[in-house]
Amino acid sequence: MKFAKKLMALSLAAVMAGSCLTACGDSSKADGGKSGDENTIVIGGSGPLTGGAAQYGVAVKNAAQLAVDEINEAGGVNGVKFKLVFEDDEADPGDKAINAYNQLKDKGLQVMLGTVTTGSCLAVIDQTKKDNIFQITPSASAQDVIKNDNAFQVCFTDPNQGKASADYIAENNIAKKIAVIYDNSDAYSSGIFNTFKSEAKEKGLDIVAEQSFTKDSKTDFSAQISAAKSAEAELLFLPIYYQEASLILAQCKSADFSPKFFGCDGLDGILSVDNFDKSLAEGVMLLTPFAADASDDATQKFVKAYKEKYKDETPNQFAADAYDGVKIIAKLVEKESIKGNMSNSEICDKLKKAITDGFTYDGLTGQGMTWSAEGAVSKNPKAVVIKDGNYSAL
Amino acid sequence: MKKKINPMTRKSFVTYGMLLIVFIAVEIMLNTGNISSMLQGLLVPICVYAILAVSLNLTVGILGELSLGQAGFMCIGAYSSAIFSNLVKDSITQPFIRFPIAIIIGGLCAALFGIIIGIPVLRLRGDYLAIVTLAFGEIIKNVFAALYIGYDSAGLHISLKSQGDLGLGADGKMMINGALGISGTPNDSTFEIAAAILFITLIIAYNFVNSRTGRAVMSIRDNRIAAESVGINITKYKLITFGLTAFLAGVAGVLYSHNFYSLQASKFDYNMSILVLVFVVLGGIGSIRGSVIAAAVLTMLPEFLRSVNKYRMLMYAVVLIVMMICTSNETIRNFFVRNFEKLKGLIIKNKSKTVKEAE
Amino acid sequence: MAFLENLINGISLGSIYAVIALGYTLVYGIAKMLNFAHGDVIMVGGYVVFNAIVKANLNPWLSVLLAVVACTVLGITIEKVAYKPLRKATSLSVLITAIGVSYFLQNMALLVFGEKPVTFTSVISIPKISLFDGKVVIKGETTAAIIASVIIVVGLSLFVNHTQKGRAMLAVSEDKDAAQLMGINVNSTISLTFAIGSGLAAIAGVLLCSSYPILSNTTGAMPGIKAFVAAVLGGIGSIPGAMIGGIAIGIIEILGRAYISPQLADAIVFAVLILVLMIKPTGILGKKVNEKV
Repeated sequence: MKFAKKLMALSLAAVMAGSCLTACGDSSKADGGKSGDENTIVIGGSGPLTGGAAQYGVAVKNAAQLAVDEINEAGGVNGVKFKLVFEDDEADPGDKAINAYNQLKDKGLQVMLGTVTTGSCLAVIDQTKKDNIFQITPSASAQDVIKNDNAFQVCFTDPNQGKASADYIAENNIAKKIAVIYDNSDAYSSGIFNTFKSEAKEKGLDIVAEQSFTKDSKTDFSAQISAAKSAEAELLFLPIYYQEASLILAQCKSADFSPKFFGCDGLDGILSVDNFDKSLAEGVMLLTPFAADASDDATQKFVKAYKEKYKDETPNQFAADAYDGVKIIAKLVEKESIKGNMSNSEICDKLKKAITDGFTYDGLTGQGMTWSAEGAVSKNPKAVVIKDGNYSAL
Repeated sequence: MKKKINPMTRKSFVTYGMLLIVFIAVEIMLNTGNISSMLQGLLVPICVYAILAVSLNLTVGILGELSLGQAGFMCIGAYSSAIFSNLVKDSITQPFIRFPIAIIIGGLCAALFGIIIGIPVLRLRGDYLAIVTLAFGEIIKNVFAALYIGYDSAGLHISLKSQGDLGLGADGKMMINGALGISGTPNDSTFEIAAAILFITLIIAYNFVNSRTGRAVMSIRDNRIAAESVGINITKYKLITFGLTAFLAGVAGVLYSHNFYSLQASKFDYNMSILVLVFVVLGGIGSIRGSVIAAAVLTMLPEFLRSVNKYRMLMYAVVLIVMMICTSNETIRNFFVRNFEKLKGLIIKNKSKTVKEAE
Repeated sequence: MAFLENLINGISLGSIYAVIALGYTLVYGIAKMLNFAHGDVIMVGGYVVFNAIVKANLNPWLSVLLAVVACTVLGITIEKVAYKPLRKATSLSVLITAIGVSYFLQNMALLVFGEKPVTFTSVISIPKISLFDGKVVIKGETTAAIIASVIIVVGLSLFVNHTQKGRAMLAVSEDKDAAQLMGINVNSTISLTFAIGSGLAAIAGVLLCSSYPILSNTTGAMPGIKAFVAAVLGGIGSIPGAMIGGIAIGIIEILGRAYISPQLADAIVFAVLILVLMIKPTGILGKKVNEKV
């Protein structure tokens, strides 16, 4: 027994020594790649590639890679090509997010595209600030994410979405009695809900039922639906992701409760869930910057390329945001004639000045996007309604 | 005649020595810049997990009870100290004063909870104790995730519902923002402090095991009824161990919360407790040195498996299963032991020869 | 009315927990180990049915049968590969191995079935029942879950108490060594237990995914933990206990969410567990274990 313990300790120590060695190997390699090469800029991305939120990270990674490949095939910008390195942060709000970021740094990160989820993003923003690395997140939408001057968003900030939703409902007179079901453990969802609530009050909308759920109990919504039903709500506002929303739609139907449904950009993608009964989503309204079956050229080209490259997957809004994110970086790099051998700090200072200085961008997720010094994007949300199993503009 | 050193003392000094060597090596690497950002970022978390593993080993290895609530104590330590540091960060700007107070506050709050929880819980045994500690950990996590605290000129506002429910004034400031947790905690945890605390934890752990109290606790583990019959107060010793475990876990929580800008309760779920238990079991139940080594290795392992990309967590799972089977299956272990024994026999023979010659 | 509806929903959720809890209870009773991977076997069962119905266009009943067979095979394989070598090791080592298996299944599913969640097709075709002019609706899935759980509990009790194999299981759970001396093949009995437990997991997966039709690689994790709590609450090792515990947890969860606080519903479930264990340290129907000196 005693010997077994010693053996254990020995083997563990051996593994440790081994891993230390590989670590040193990694670092020397990273240093080698970093210095020099003026014609390559390394974009680092970080998001969940494993675990429950993996779909978002994978979408961002795929779309970012697509954008990078397109740029490189077209000869780069000013001869500068991009290289994407993407690390898994498991959507962790603590050490794993930092680990992923550090790994990116070891791989020569120069511009940061990420992170995908808000929790991880909050964990790394002070690090990127300290290292003075330009950071643009495709999808981390909390307001705190952009509190530092080096961080910018492609997606809407949560409070804006909440306000826009309440305004839209009030102005178009869609409903007066509103029930809300939101994810209390999620920054995105509770962020939207908080501003929706205060704006709804101002616009004279009546929130008759305020229901929430948490990450640990996101399958059974019968209690929440029952509350909304007995409060006789005319509209159910769902500032949540489509995964839970599809369950709510199904459970509303089986509970014989059929209010109007209204959601935010998190609902985008609901139609592309494998085997989803699209009739459930009939009449659902949502504010989203991106719809995969929009008819404009840019969207169609992107969707086609994405499907070709990734086994016929339909890209969701995360993918579109990531694609835009890379293209925005490319545009800025072109504008400032940035080279790969500049220091990260120099790149960051130039980029953050450039993005706030009269820069506009027409992308998949909006026309004429501009950025304030705070880092929030200004673009118009599109309201769409699901009709005959497709999105159509309202 | 040679003076005989107590084997436990020798063991502890070997551990201290090993740690010191690693510490100096890392310091040299840090100062010469020969360290990857990845490894540098892992230094404090490794210390945190090592402290957690050592403290859990006191309950699992020394007291012989399975606890799955380690993350809950860590959560309390992390939150209480982060609140303190956020409150005083403008008035006490010196981290040398602020951080030790934060550590003590975090540790004591966790220990207090440990004892409050321990009084009813320690009546249970075995798997029932495990599930109840898991339940307490989850309750702590859920309550903190639903907690909103803010303050303004009118005083403190607390709500369990939503941010809007607080009714903060215009000058209001959020302290705990529900699931978003606490942000803006000063970055006081450094590798040096974390290593020092790990060192102190080891000293506490070894001395606890070798003390009168420790021996009483181990007697409870080995035979509860016999221990009771010789007059050992079981509840008291169980509570002491449980409280000490909670205290150290709280301190680890303080180090954790002061290492990151933001702190969210969702981090402290049962997976975290289980992770720490994995360190303890893999490092060898009751072996304090093993806990430290296992914590360090298993914290680094998933990071160094990054090169296999999306297969990384799969590899981690496979390594975990294989390690468990290799160390716990008798046939496989005996195979290793036999082959190692031969090797060891050779080495020891040579050694004893040289010793004799020297004499 | 709303209360009645919530109560029914609670029983529905509870019945599913009960079926999952039976798997935990059986394995714990006989092999004395917490099979943390049980929840993930549920997820695998769900994916098998999904792929059989949607991708291969099989008949729903045939698909369920296929899932039961697949999960049974999976259960036996896990037992043979990961747990059997540890028969003589401490229960903690086995627990950690089970956690390893759980990680393995989750990440394997991520690679095999993809990271995007899919919508499950309900295999249940029982019509829903409307009461009080549609104010209270009993879903077909609810009826199915309740009926299935009752049948399983009764069937399992009969099997364990009245067949030779079942009595062998009881004997092994009482005393492994004595059972061996009486000529019972302990290894095959434990394998049988895993087979039954995993087969039940497949049925639980079908019920869970039919009621809550979304399926991803982490679908089984949280219901697994809740069902484990249910098994402990009812008295781990007891078959009727799992049923009582499951229904109790389901009702408490839904009512807690509806009338106290949605955020704290899980905390309430765990608090009730603690309270019950304070009063009855081995759960509601748990056997009192006399300590031997």
